[in-house]
Amino acid sequence: MIVHYARPQMIRLLSWLLCLACLGFFQGGFAEVLNLDEAWNTLSKKSYSDKAEAIEAIVQQNPPEALPALKAMLEGQLFYAKSNKALFILREDGDNYLFTPLFGGNTATQENKRGYKKVRINNRLRVQIRQSLASMQLKHEDAAVRLEAVQELLKEPDEETAALIAPLVYEEQDGRVLSAMQTLLAIIQLEQGDEAAQASAIETLSSSLNPSALNALTEYKAPNGELEDSAQAAINKIEAQRDLYAVAETVFFGLSLGSVLALSAIGLAITFGVMGVINMAHGELMMIGAYTTYVVQLLMPNHIGLSIIVAIPAAFIVAGLVGVAIERGIIRFLYGRALETLLATFGISLILQQTVRSIFSPLNRSVETPQWMSGAWQINEVLALTWNRLYIIIFTLLVFTALLMVMKKSTLGLQVRAVSQNRAMARAMGVRSEWVDALTFGLGSGIAGMAGVALSLLTNVGPNLGQAYIIDSFMVVVFGGVGNLWGTLVAGMSLGVVNKVIEPWAGAVMAKILVLVFIILFIQKRPKGLFPQRGRAAED
Amino acid sequence: MRMLETLVQDKPGQWLLGLLLATSIIVPICNLLVPPDNIFHISTYSVTLIGKYLAFALLALSADLVWGYLGILSLGHGAFFALGGYAMGMYLMRQIGDRGVYGNPELPDFMVFLNWSELPWFWHGFDQFWFAVLMIILVPGVLAYVFGYLAFRSRVTGVYLSIMTQALTYALMLAFFRNEMGFGGNNGLTDFKDILGFDLREDSTRIALFLATALALAIGYIISRYIVSSRLGLACVAVRDAESRCRFVGYRVEYIKLGIFVFSAVLAGIAGALYVPQVGIINPGEFSPLNSIELIIWVAIGGRGTLYGAVVGALLVNYSKTYFTAEFPEVWLYALGAMFVLVTLFLPKGIVGLRSMRAAKA
Repeated sequence: MIVHYARPQMIRLLSWLLCLACLGFFQGGFAEVLNLDEAWNTLSKKSYSDKAEAIEAIVQQNPPEALPALKAMLEGQLFYAKSNKALFILREDGDNYLFTPLFGGNTATQENKRGYKKVRINNRLRVQIRQSLASMQLKHEDAAVRLEAVQELLKEPDEETAALIAPLVYEEQDGRVLSAMQTLLAIIQLEQGDEAAQASAIETLSSSLNPSALNALTEYKAPNGELEDSAQAAINKIEAQRDLYAVAETVFFGLSLGSVLALSAIGLAITFGVMGVINMAHGELMMIGAYTTYVVQLLMPNHIGLSIIVAIPAAFIVAGLVGVAIERGIIRFLYGRALETLLATFGISLILQQTVRSIFSPLNRSVETPQWMSGAWQINEVLALTWNRLYIIIFTLLVFTALLMVMKKSTLGLQVRAVSQNRAMARAMGVRSEWVDALTFGLGSGIAGMAGVALSLLTNVGPNLGQAYIIDSFMVVVFGGVGNLWGTLVAGMSLGVVNKVIEPWAGAVMAKILVLVFIILFIQKRPKGLFPQRGRAAED
Repeated sequence: MRMLETLVQDKPGQWLLGLLLATSIIVPICNLLVPPDNIFHISTYSVTLIGKYLAFALLALSADLVWGYLGILSLGHGAFFALGGYAMGMYLMRQIGDRGVYGNPELPDFMVFLNWSELPWFWHGFDQFWFAVLMIILVPGVLAYVFGYLAFRSRVTGVYLSIMTQALTYALMLAFFRNEMGFGGNNGLTDFKDILGFDLREDSTRIALFLATALALAIGYIISRYIVSSRLGLACVAVRDAESRCRFVGYRVEYIKLGIFVFSAVLAGIAGALYVPQVGIINPGEFSPLNSIELIIWVAIGGRGTLYGAVVGALLVNYSKTYFTAEFPEVWLYALGAMFVLVTLFLPKGIVGLRSMRAAKA
């Protein structure tokens, strides 16, 4: 009976409560939470408590301008015009101040901040904005923004941030954001949880590479020996992981330096190794390739991303043609006189340098890195591989493979090898040896030009670009063994890695000196390089 | 006595030494005794310039000795020159004493600037002239000995050796650019005041340095000529032309090479030591591979394997360099590059070879 009776009563009560709640909500909506326009206007007022309310209102209604506006306010770069209270974001550009209207419109450029006033904030507001920003970013649809927000919070984790994040963990889809969130929660657990929670927190932290995790573990005071041991084990595990990734990073840097060395030496491996011509102008052919890239970019300023792709064949053709011209004009008179070709080609290198200086001015030019090559591949929190270095490694391997194919599979390659092994016999068999010489030299030069494209993305393009690489290139070829393409690749890569391994404790210049000295000593031991040619071709 | 005999047979050498003697008499007279407004007056600037050329000529002579007679194309001879120069520079630095900008009696300015508290060990002794002279000879000599011993023993020849020497001078350049090395880093050694107590800015000191350089060149030439016309010189040429055959006949090729290489390095070091007080600065740029290659072209243009050709080439190229860089600065590299190409293509024996080429045609 009682049950029967109670039901309508309860329903009535509930509906009353609902009504009250609705009323309260609407009242709150109208009386306490400002509407958006009012909120924006309130920001230019003096009272900090009014501003706090306005910020709350903005955060709740979350218009698209909220994020940039709050960020700017935090950095003291949100301004309003004295005349009409319109909001602007300030950017400094050299000596000028750029005022961009928050709600779109033309940017005003001024030499001073006259006519604008900063939206001031105090410490309480700063805390409020920071938390609002974090929660807005944490719910942002872009995983990268969420990750950034969590990582920002990870720098100074506290209870409040943990409370902010705890409910989000269940909804998070992105693995990396999730693991960062779990790390953060574990850090808090480690500080405040009971022993069981601490044990599981240690477990979680031991597989995190975030510096905060390591910090939390080192500062952790364990209540008992068992936990202390497991914390220590976790620290060891993290450090071992970090060391491993540090080694991986060094090897990556080494390989990328090595691929630059190998790339600049491959062309030389053809002209020097196969033809026996000491081409001191090799560096300048790379320079020509780099300038070709620069010119291609000038010609297609709206397609920077594409320009690099276009520049590769262009540089190959330009440098290759210059190479053929050098071979036909000078080198063919000097075959068999290696030291004389050295001097003559050195003369050519001086002429090419001066020509470039006259055409492009002696100042350095820079080639724009296209969008798709900038940035890095973030593998985890300690290891990031920059795209441009990665592409250069791939590019080197592609060029190398292509060259190997040409030398081993094509008719030209066959003829080149025939001429280099026995010129007279090759001629007797109907090979046009002069034509082969010119094409081989052109091929080597063209590859130098392609190496120049890669170099133009790494350093400034200037008349001295080639000189910086010529000695290194010769070192690589000699170290690898003259006439051996594989040797060149291995030598370049290993010298690059050795250089980067020595660098941290010896410094960049000292590392280079040590590598040079090492090669000088190595050549004494094995005068024909790592992979000497065998058989009849090896005899002088 | 044997020395005189060899000279009697060396007609171009007599000409060269005669001209050198004449210059050594005329230049000081025209500088010190002829009044400045007279047309025959030679300014102190020109005296220094000629002195510089003569130091380069000695350097070219040393390079010709190894390239022309041994077939070793050293692309790192500038390193020995620079090392001799640095040894002299260190002596001159110590002579500054407390007259430097910081007034430290013991430390050169750049060390005070780097906050060093005491002299590095390798700077000790350089306040004594005899010690500096010893080092001018020893440092390039020992480096050449060690490098040559390793290279010649393992039979590194031809192009490989050229590239190795180039790497050597390149490595030294990088090393000397480092401030931590204690040789003044990028700026090198400069601001010299006096040598053996004589003020370096005095005309008479300049003349004395000029005469010393001329004398060194003359003596260097005579000794080199003596060497190349001795039995050792014949063996050198044999090594140059047929190394393996020499070895089979029983000559110790590596010792012949090593001896000449070390002597040549010492000559280059002396040239550097005479060069530095005249130009008043030595910096790591002297180690640059470009300098070493340029010096080879002096020899090539003059005519390799003649000794006097190297001297002629050095004087000629350096004079034209001074002229071009002053009058048409942008043309110089074209001209130098063209010289490299044209000489190797059309003048394999250099300028002094023109005479014999004409004789051969006739």
